[in-house]
Amino acid sequence: MSVAKQLIEAQAPPPIPARPWTTARISGLAAMALWLLVGVGIILYLFAEWDPEKIDRYAPRYFSGLWVTITLVGISIVLGAIASIPVTAGRMSQNRWFSGPAYCYVYFFRGTPLIAQLFLIYYGLGEFRPQLQAMGLWGFFRDPWNCAILAFTLNTAAYQAEILRGALQSVPRGQFEGARALGLSRLQTYRKIILPQAMIVALRPYGNEIILMIKGSAIVAIITVFDLFGETRRAYSRTFDFQTYIWAAIFYLIIVEALRNLWNVLENRLTRHLKR
Amino acid sequence: MEQTLTLLSFGPDGWGDQIASGVLVTVGLALATLPLGLVVGFLLALAKQSDEKALKMAAEIYTTIFRGLPELLTLFLVYFGLQIGIREAVSALGFETQIEINSFLAGMIALGVVFSAFASEVFLSAFRAIPAGQYEGGYALGLGKVQTMIKIILPQLIRIALPGLGNLWMILLKETALVSVIGLPDILRQAGIAARVSKEAFLFFGTACLLFLVLAILSSFVIRAIERSVERSEVRV
Repeated sequence: MSVAKQLIEAQAPPPIPARPWTTARISGLAAMALWLLVGVGIILYLFAEWDPEKIDRYAPRYFSGLWVTITLVGISIVLGAIASIPVTAGRMSQNRWFSGPAYCYVYFFRGTPLIAQLFLIYYGLGEFRPQLQAMGLWGFFRDPWNCAILAFTLNTAAYQAEILRGALQSVPRGQFEGARALGLSRLQTYRKIILPQAMIVALRPYGNEIILMIKGSAIVAIITVFDLFGETRRAYSRTFDFQTYIWAAIFYLIIVEALRNLWNVLENRLTRHLKR
Repeated sequence: MEQTLTLLSFGPDGWGDQIASGVLVTVGLALATLPLGLVVGFLLALAKQSDEKALKMAAEIYTTIFRGLPELLTLFLVYFGLQIGIREAVSALGFETQIEINSFLAGMIALGVVFSAFASEVFLSAFRAIPAGQYEGGYALGLGKVQTMIKIILPQLIRIALPGLGNLWMILLKETALVSVIGLPDILRQAGIAARVSKEAFLFFGTACLLFLVLAILSSFVIRAIERSVERSEVRV
């Protein structure tokens, strides 16, 4: 039996090998350098083109455009949410006379471009001017703002109906049966048992729908509603200055990112009882 | 009624041929954008799941920007930005030219960029659904990285990503209507011209909507057929 007579002295750990220059690393650094270049370039460009006179003139218009975008989307989303309830009821109905039209409605508004729907309502209905005047509705349809609200409401109602239906169907049957067994009425069941569970499922899709509407609302600029994009186009057509579009991009990115983060916070907060 | 049919007919009295050419332009633009968006989206997804922080971050920035911008704004940025950028670059070299960017090309780039941003997320979640053992199996058989990707991962990836990509295709088809704003003679623009000349706006925009619906229905058939063909391997006898 041999005994160790000498201990090996403590040694420094081996040096950490240098990170190899893989293709991924090189391309990653190149891509980041490119983004940095783009970012710095945009900032330098905005500084170089900074013109207090233009800012004074157009900044208030941009903010009023921003407000138009936000109110337009806000009103459409709320009205669409209300309109989506009967559509959802129709979609989930066993009766073919209810579910058929609801299906066609949803299919039409989800299958065609929003811009085509907007044109159909704004330009298309304008053709029925005498009839609309006879009904006293011409004042409503003459205004592009009203037409935009109507088109967006009808469009988002179709999408929201699908969100709502998916969320309601995700609630297990046992929940309905449990509520029945407790003697709750249909309305009570929905209000106290089903909707609180369904809304958590629907939260994320609703957030995505709002973001989609904000992005989609840029098309109202084409029917002469001066939302954020409309103001941008007007400013560009007067100054021929490309920074007008850069500013619009910054505004839109801020709204969408703010909304996305708000939604993450909201979701974390509302689902905290589900976390283990 | 007869007048309506005349307006929609082919030939000198009707707008049928113009609208049919619009359908071709719409479908052509969507089909031309698709491979561009798919390839860039796939590369972005690869970048996002790499261990390299810089690469990941660069891809995330790309997605954040192009998912957050309205498609119409992206289109204008590309359309005017490219024209101005090329003009500046050319004048820096000492030449003086006016360059018109083709609206088809601008639409293809803008829609492709947006499509790729969304497609990268679809691919990424599909990548996450594939177990690490599939890669290890590939390496154990002596396949290289690229071969493992092409022969083992990609066939499974397509199967998982297909429903998401199908949705994106439907969205792309609808977004092509935006390119009519910068003058591409697609369905919507041709319908608009016909509406202005004939004063039958409801008829022509209604027709445009129905044509988009038909395209959507046709593509849902095609997507279903592709799904069935890639699901063959799932069949257990």
